[in-house]
Order: sequence, then structure tokens, then C-alpha cells
Amino acid sequence: MLRYTLTRFLSLCLSLAVASVVIFFAIEVLPGDPASIMLGVNAQPDTLAALRAELGLDQPMVARYLAWVTGLLQGDFGISYTYRTPVAQMIVDRLAVSLPLALYALGLTVVIAFPVGIWAASRRGSVGDVSIMGLTQLGVAIPNFWFAMLMVLVFAINLQWFSAGGFAGWDAGLFAVLKSLTLPAVALALPQASILARVMRSALLDTLSEDFIRTARAKGLSRRQALWRHALRNALIPVLTIIGMQFSFLLAGGIIIENVFYLPGLGRLIFQAISARDLVVVESVVMLLVFAVILVNFLVELAYAAVDPRLRAR
Amino acid sequence: MSLLQIRNLSLSIHGAEILHEVSLSLEAGEILGVIGESGSGKSMTAFTTMQLLPDGAAPRGEVRLDGVDILGCTEREMCAIRGRDIGMVFQEPMTALNPLKTIGDQVAETVLLHEKVSRAEAQERAAEALTRAELPPEKFPMSRYPHELSGGQRQRVVIAMAIALRPKLLIADEPTTALDVTTQAQILTLLKTLVKQDGMAMMMITHDLAVVADMADHIAIMQKGRVVETGPTEQIFRQMQHPYSRALLAASTHAPERDPKPQDSPLLEVRKARRTYTLPAKTLFGERRQIEAVKGVSFTLKRGESLGLVGESGCGKSTLTRAILGLEEVQSGEILLDGEPVFTGHRPNDAVRRKMQVVFQDPYGSFNPRHKVARLVVEPFHLTPEVPRAEREARIAEALTAVGLTPADAHKYIHEFSGGQRQRIAIARALITRPELILLDEAVSALDVQVRAQILDLLADLSERYGLSYLFISHDLSVVRTITDRVMVMKSGEIVEEGPTSRVFDAPEHPYTRALIAAAPRLPEDAAA
Repeated sequence: MLRYTLTRFLSLCLSLAVASVVIFFAIEVLPGDPASIMLGVNAQPDTLAALRAELGLDQPMVARYLAWVTGLLQGDFGISYTYRTPVAQMIVDRLAVSLPLALYALGLTVVIAFPVGIWAASRRGSVGDVSIMGLTQLGVAIPNFWFAMLMVLVFAINLQWFSAGGFAGWDAGLFAVLKSLTLPAVALALPQASILARVMRSALLDTLSEDFIRTARAKGLSRRQALWRHALRNALIPVLTIIGMQFSFLLAGGIIIENVFYLPGLGRLIFQAISARDLVVVESVVMLLVFAVILVNFLVELAYAAVDPRLRAR
Repeated sequence: MSLLQIRNLSLSIHGAEILHEVSLSLEAGEILGVIGESGSGKSMTAFTTMQLLPDGAAPRGEVRLDGVDILGCTEREMCAIRGRDIGMVFQEPMTALNPLKTIGDQVAETVLLHEKVSRAEAQERAAEALTRAELPPEKFPMSRYPHELSGGQRQRVVIAMAIALRPKLLIADEPTTALDVTTQAQILTLLKTLVKQDGMAMMMITHDLAVVADMADHIAIMQKGRVVETGPTEQIFRQMQHPYSRALLAASTHAPERDPKPQDSPLLEVRKARRTYTLPAKTLFGERRQIEAVKGVSFTLKRGESLGLVGESGCGKSTLTRAILGLEEVQSGEILLDGEPVFTGHRPNDAVRRKMQVVFQDPYGSFNPRHKVARLVVEPFHLTPEVPRAEREARIAEALTAVGLTPADAHKYIHEFSGGQRQRIAIARALITRPELILLDEAVSALDVQVRAQILDLLADLSERYGLSYLFISHDLSVVRTITDRVMVMKSGEIVEEGPTSRVFDAPEHPYTRALIAAAPRLPEDAAA
């Protein structure tokens, strides 16, 4: 188990190193001077030179890369060109919205998908199974911003249960946070839950046709008992993989939903940074997201080992 | 009143008749061998007795276990009967256990389900059952997971689960088909002992007459969902009545007519081939263990000869086969075909490889289901220079005709063929490059006896017609005996005995060869076909 964990950890570090190189050089080396991109075509030569000096573009490339990476490791993400504030602080502020939103949405996803997937698998081919699977098709197909708008109309404007947009801030208390995050979380969770329910169902059905389920039934377990005691844990591996991917997506992929609900999250930060050509921010946020994805994958792989003794032995 | 009484049992699944008026009976303390080929309904008879049928199954007739009307039981009642009154052992021990639970927990589960006992007591009972199945917890801790056990050991866990509550009836569905001969003999002995100890009745389902010959009290032979012949074992073997039974017996002992003309020139030479694998270390900084799969093996196969390679799983025969085929390089030693090395400078030598082809065991898994036969059969052409289109067609037709199919079959998909026909297509694929050597890697092991007999005839015929040489790799001694001129016995990466087939079988020299031959199930000498 220790060996497994350590090799996974090494692969995590290696992936991060490779990602940092790719991100850095993609932005720095690709045609076009970052400073002139940031300032646009009509920039004055002296402003350009000043920015180049500020960004350290007069330094050699390798030195700049090393400075960037050491900065990242120390929590120094540089200064945003547009906002003139430390990028690290901006990211922390945005994460205070995005991280709870992603976790909330993921929690809803799992809470919806597991029972639905298990229920459909245990009634394979029945009317219930077919209709539930039809609904999940719809869940995947409906654009979530449209659904979000409908929810705003019904629950925020008509019923006034939740807020229609904006983020109250953590100082306003948990209740206020829930009030502003619930509708966006539901909008984000619905398509994800549809996907996860389908994965759960098919993974369970695969497991239910395995030989050891027949063995369990021959011992005297009912269908239900065999499903809960033997099939479910065996079906978890593909489900965990999808959950990992969904979390990474939810963390940054909520740009549209963040816009619909006017939430100051990471997605909007990166969107604004790209519009403002603030490459310092773009670079750092992308690196952060890559880090999140790789970290989540690492955690998912540890979860595999917790589920499966065959992996622990490695 | 018999313990198990099956009367006029018919079964249809989604309207298709699977069983027709099957009647069987079994007394306590007796073993009934149910024999038949795939699709004969033997397993379905067992599953009906357990009421573990697929959706859409509609059984009619009567199944009584100790007076209880099984077909009349509700699912809840059946759950109480399964595992307590009827235990079942399955064919494939590698997949029959839950990979995520310890063996102790899986055996204890049977006890916990049916009896109101504490967890500790259930574990104790599980330990007892495992000991009875000859897997004592002192040697094999109950905290082990299935992947830490061999196939034979896993089958013992399944048996322990089935007998933990000393059921009245044990159903064993091809329990040893997936095992090596020596393991098979041990498991069969174990089952016999358990039947005797517990006074349990056992229904033993198999396709192999020899397996039940010296253990069953009664035999029932099934064909296409009907019992065609039944009676005491001795009587059945001495005077079979039904033509199907006779055909079955004839096929199990069938030896193709062969007229081998081996020449003196060597075709395949293996010299001191050695292959080691490095296993990952068990602990973080632990030593990485080395496994020597093939330990300096040398042998020669003559042109026109049929050479057998016999050994149990893990003996290194698959590694050796891969090395000969040029799929994996050996670390030292040489492999020459027709005097030329299979590998030149770490790259497989295509000119050499096209002179040999291979036929594998599984006729279902070794074809791409999305391609037509014509395309499947010409796959080995990637080893040869471009073959013109017209010649391709002719070669496909020739190969298919040679294996007893028709040129028109080239335009069909693989799912349109039966297992035996697929193995013929595999042989056609091997013939397409007009090779000199064909490696037959368990090529008939997955086939029913009658089909197997036909394929063996075909192989004998082809070797004569095309002057082919065979390297016949198998764990099935009886087949090797009928189709080879010379045989090698492999154990732990070494060839321990080699000689003319009849000499090796009649007067084995190495103790391991003797053990193998003794373990192989045999039909009674006086069996009348």
C-alpha cells in the first residue's frame, strides 16, 4: 500500500512539473510578445518596455520559468496587471465561492445518482428503469443555463425561496451562503447526476452478471442482498473515476452558471482575465486548475486502493 | 422416496424449449453423474433445482428435494433452501469468488445467512468448513483475498462455502474443468470424501465421461434437453444402449488415424532458451523478485513431426510458446526455424515468422467480431509480401475448403459459426501463409468431445496433405497421446522428460510424469463403445 501510494505521489509530482513547463512555454514561447498582447496593438513603446521590465521579459526564459515556479511554490502567484493586486489573494477570494459550490454540486450529484443508478439497475428492463434512463438522457441534453434560468424564475422570483444571483459572502452566515449557492449547485449537479446515474447503473449491471454474484445467490442471498453486499463495492471503480473527473469539471467549468447567477467564482475570474488579456492571472489560474485535477486523480487512485485489495498489494 | 426426485421436468426460456421431460433421481450418499455436451441442458437442470433461472424461464413438472416441492417454493423459501439444503460448486474458480472480500468472510456469510449465530461463531464454523475442504486456516489465513490463492485453492473455498452447513445435496457444475490434472484429481477425491463423510448426495455435471467413471454411482446422459440414457455407472459403461451415448464414448477415446513420416532434418530448434521476469517488490525497498519462467530449455522438432508439450499452468509452456512465435524475446539462448533465428537484433524476423502459425484455445475470443471471415483469415498476410487480389481470393477459398468449410463462408461474420466451425476458421487462418509449422496452443481444449474428435481428424489429415509439423501444447494428456509422435513434459520451466509418446505414456521415467499420468481421469478398460 505504501509503495502504491508513493508511486502515485511521484507520478503526481511529475505530472505537475510537466504541466508547469507546458503552461509556461505555451504562453511565453508562442508567437507574439506577452507584453504587446496584454497592451493591445495601440500600445506606446515606452509603456510596452515598462511592462516588459515588470513582467521580467528581459530576463532569459529559463530564469523566468524558475522564478515563476519558485513563486508558485511559495504561494506568490505574481501581481495582476489589470487589477494591480496579488493574484494569490484574488484566487483565494474566488475559491471561497467556487470550492464550496463545486463540493455542494458534487454532493448533490452523488446523492441523486447513487440511489437512481442502483434502483434502475435492480429493476433492469422494467418500466421504471426505462423511464428513469429516459429522464437522465434529458438531464444530459438540457443546457444547464436554461434550466438555471427556469429555476430562477420559479424558486427565486415567484416563490422567493432562494436568491436569484450574487454571493452574500461567508460573513453573512451559512444560511445566506446556502441561499445563494443552492440554485447554482442544483443547476450544475443535474447533468452530472444524470451522467453518474447512468455510469452507476451500467457498472452495477456488469457486476451483477459476474460469476461471484451467482455464487452469492447459491449461498442463499436474495437478489437485493447480493446487490448490496457483493455487487455495489465491485461497481465503484468506474464510478469513482467519473466522480473525480466531475469534481475537476465543477471547480472550473461553471463559467456559464457563475455568469447566470452572478457569482464571483474562479470561472468568471479566468473569463475576465482572458478578456482583459491579463496573462499573469490566466497562467496562475490554469496552473491551479491543473493542480486540482491532478490532485483529485491522486485521491481517486487512493480511493481505488481502499476499495480493491488487489491494488493494495502492489 | 429418493432425496432428489426430478419428474418430467420441462423448461422453456422465452418460449424456447431447453429441457424436455427430464426425469432423474438421486439417493442420499450417492453420486449422480450428469453428462452431456454444451447445450445439452445439464447445467439448466441444476439451475432449475436451485431455482436460479434467467428471466423468462418457465419450468414445468416436478422437482422434489427431501419431499419439498421446489418448483412450488416462493423466492423467500428458496433463499432459505439455497446454501442450507443445497450447496453448489461452479466451473470457473477464478471468478466465482468476490475479489473484494476475504475468504473467511465469504465462507462465514453462508453460516450467518442461515443460522442465528454471532460473527465470531460464524468465523469458527467457516474455519471448520475450510479445514474440511483441506484449506486449513493455519496454513491459509482466513484474512486472505481470493487473488492470493491459486485456482485449485479458490475452488476449495467455493467448496467450503457450499458444504459449511452440511447440505443434503451438493451440485457440482464442471468443478474441475478449469483445473490442471493433478489439482483435478485432488478436488475429485475431496468431493468424494465429503459425500461419504456427510452422507450427502451429489449431482456431478460434466462433459467428460472419464471424470465420473470412477466416482459416480449412477450416470445420466443428456442430449438436447433430454435424458437419453440413465443407469448404474458400471452397467452404462459396459453396455451402452443409446446411439448418442455410444457416439459420446467413441469420441472421448477417439484417436485419429495417422501415418507420421518425420524426416531427419530439424525444423524448429530451441537451444538453451531462458526467460526471466522481474516481479515488483513486495515492500517499498524490498528486493525485486525474479521468476525464471523458462530455464534453459533445448529441444528439436523434426520436419513432419508432431511434438507434444505437456505441463500444468505456470510451468512456462505459454512463455516458451510466445518466444517461439517471436512475440517475446528470450534473454539468452536461440530459437531457430528452418535454421534461421526468430529474432534478429531484437526484432522479430517476419520471413521466419510466416513459416509458422498458431491456433489458440478460445474459438470465441480469438476473432474480431466486426470483420468477415475473409478478412480474418488473411490476417497473417501482413507477414508476407503483398499478395495480389485474385490470388488472395483463391488462397482464402483453398484454406476454407481445406478445413471442411466452403468458399462462400468467407462472406459471413464469425458469430454465424459454432465453436467447432470457429476453430476450423482459426486453422484456415493458420494455413493461409502455407506454413511449415503450426503451434496448437490448447487448440481443442474448449471443444466438446465430438467436435474435438473431428478437429483432431482434420489436423491429422492436414499434416499429411501439406506435410505440416505440429507443436501441440496442452494440459490434456489423453489428447496429446492421440495426436503426437513425441512428447515433452515441462515442469517449473524445465523439460523433465522427453521421448516417443507411447514410451512416455506406457513407461514414464520421471516421477512428475508418473504423477501426471496417474492423476488423469481414465475411462474403464472394458468400456464398450
